[in-house]
Amino acid sequence: MNFYITYFIVAIGLFGFSAIFALFGVYAERKVSAFIQDRLGPTETGKFGSLQTVADILKMLQKELITPAAADKLLFMMAPGIIFIAVYLGFAVLPWGPGLAPSSLNLGLYYIFAVLSIETLGILMAGWGSNNKFSILGAMRSAAQIISYEIPAGFAIISVVMIAQSLNLQVISAQQGIMASEKITFAGFWDVSHVGGIFAWNVFRAPHLLITFVIYFIASLAESNRAPFDIPEAESELVAGFHTEYTGLRFAFVFLAEYSMMFLVSMIAVVLFLGAWNTPLPNIGAVQLATWTTGAVWGILWIAIKTLALVGVQMWIRWTLPRFRVDQLMNFCWKVLTPTAFVCMLISGLWRIFLM
Amino acid sequence: MSNLTKGFTTAFKGLSITFRHLFASHKKREILPASDNNYFKNLEGGTNTIQYPHQKLPIPEVGRYQLEVEMDDCIVCDLCAKICPVSCIDIESIKATEAIGQTSDGTTKRLYAAKFDIDMAKCMYCGLCTIVCPTECIVMTNQYDRTVFELKDLTYQFSDMTPEMAAEKRLELEQQQAERAAAKLAAMQKKEGGV
Repeated sequence: MNFYITYFIVAIGLFGFSAIFALFGVYAERKVSAFIQDRLGPTETGKFGSLQTVADILKMLQKELITPAAADKLLFMMAPGIIFIAVYLGFAVLPWGPGLAPSSLNLGLYYIFAVLSIETLGILMAGWGSNNKFSILGAMRSAAQIISYEIPAGFAIISVVMIAQSLNLQVISAQQGIMASEKITFAGFWDVSHVGGIFAWNVFRAPHLLITFVIYFIASLAESNRAPFDIPEAESELVAGFHTEYTGLRFAFVFLAEYSMMFLVSMIAVVLFLGAWNTPLPNIGAVQLATWTTGAVWGILWIAIKTLALVGVQMWIRWTLPRFRVDQLMNFCWKVLTPTAFVCMLISGLWRIFLM
Repeated sequence: MSNLTKGFTTAFKGLSITFRHLFASHKKREILPASDNNYFKNLEGGTNTIQYPHQKLPIPEVGRYQLEVEMDDCIVCDLCAKICPVSCIDIESIKATEAIGQTSDGTTKRLYAAKFDIDMAKCMYCGLCTIVCPTECIVMTNQYDRTVFELKDLTYQFSDMTPEMAAEKRLELEQQQAERAAAKLAAMQKKEGGV
């Protein structure tokens, strides 16, 4: 009986975390965009405008839930829930520290990819259910984009999995630091099993994994519908794409899903490539920096810092690069990313056979 | 392939520019009038936002903003209402029975203003009324920020007469005119009787 209570606490905790992250993610996004464009961003509500998004959500909670007369009511109502739950379920297997994960599944990575693809279904439901040209256009674009970019992302992940030989995110995390049970090498020649730190991270384990990381990062931008791949909700062309007709709490859920997705894909990137909860500080002789800074609390700190840094890079890219055109988007995915990811996977296989 | 490298190098260039701006000076904008020589140079460093209610750009001395009437100086000549291209000034005058007083520049006042309304919603801020005014009692102030909840609040009423006072003055004028008419009639009859 007790473990059910634990499950509920963990689930509510994760929900609370994603809600708070979305609130302050929106605030950070507005501040970052403002500073990049030489503006000030929110300044009035709270110190430096820090309570602006809290005020926004309070306003949004009081708004009427409008359902368009011509909408498919059931699909329209269910879509925000499905979009959010698909992303929220992904959090279940993410590792936060050594031995600290809501659920340590053997098929963790596979599970995340399976539940994330349900999000596309939710977006299609939202677009179709709204019975609105802009929404259906946005939803179609979103479906095409997410399905296309899942292929390079998938192959990028497979090349890591071939090196790591596991789909369990905790096992993959443990391999990238001083807690590894097997021999790990920096770029295939330098044994860093006891040095740890930044040198033991997967990106440096083999040279091609650096390229794989870039491929995964680009594909993850596309999967979370972030600029420069935000054609599903291109404000200047499609009003707001699939969530044009949503108001109040339903819109809040779509937004929450978008920001949770940002965090989720960044966290997967950190787990797979950037050493998960392992410290970036290496052991240098007697100065055992890596040993001192490894542990459950340190793990949460490191993974949070790395993930937030990656989210920051996503925001930075959003406010720099202009939006792709649909044909450019598809060309880039099928003619550049997918072949490169294939080559990386091939190299991973050879690397595993001949160099490990 | 060359496309790809170009894409990455240009993306990198753009990212470095935005990165520079992200960590550039975030100090508040220094408020300079638009006539200042450094006005545009000022925009290159720091943020550009003018935080309006807290910060205001200085306005030019000869700027044309909301109208203000000094009623003590007004001789109710109605010139401003006549010149107004959009007819936003509405004046109703009552002749006084005698000279009321003098304006600050020595002109004698002979009319009461029962009504002196300016509809600021109609006003186009051309400033013609201030030019024709013989006593310079209608002027443009430096006030440009005004928000009201009712449209009728945008009609500024400058007349300081109450309706009772206006009615009283009208009655006095009627009495005087009646007296004069009677006097005139009497004089006419006398003249006719004399012939």
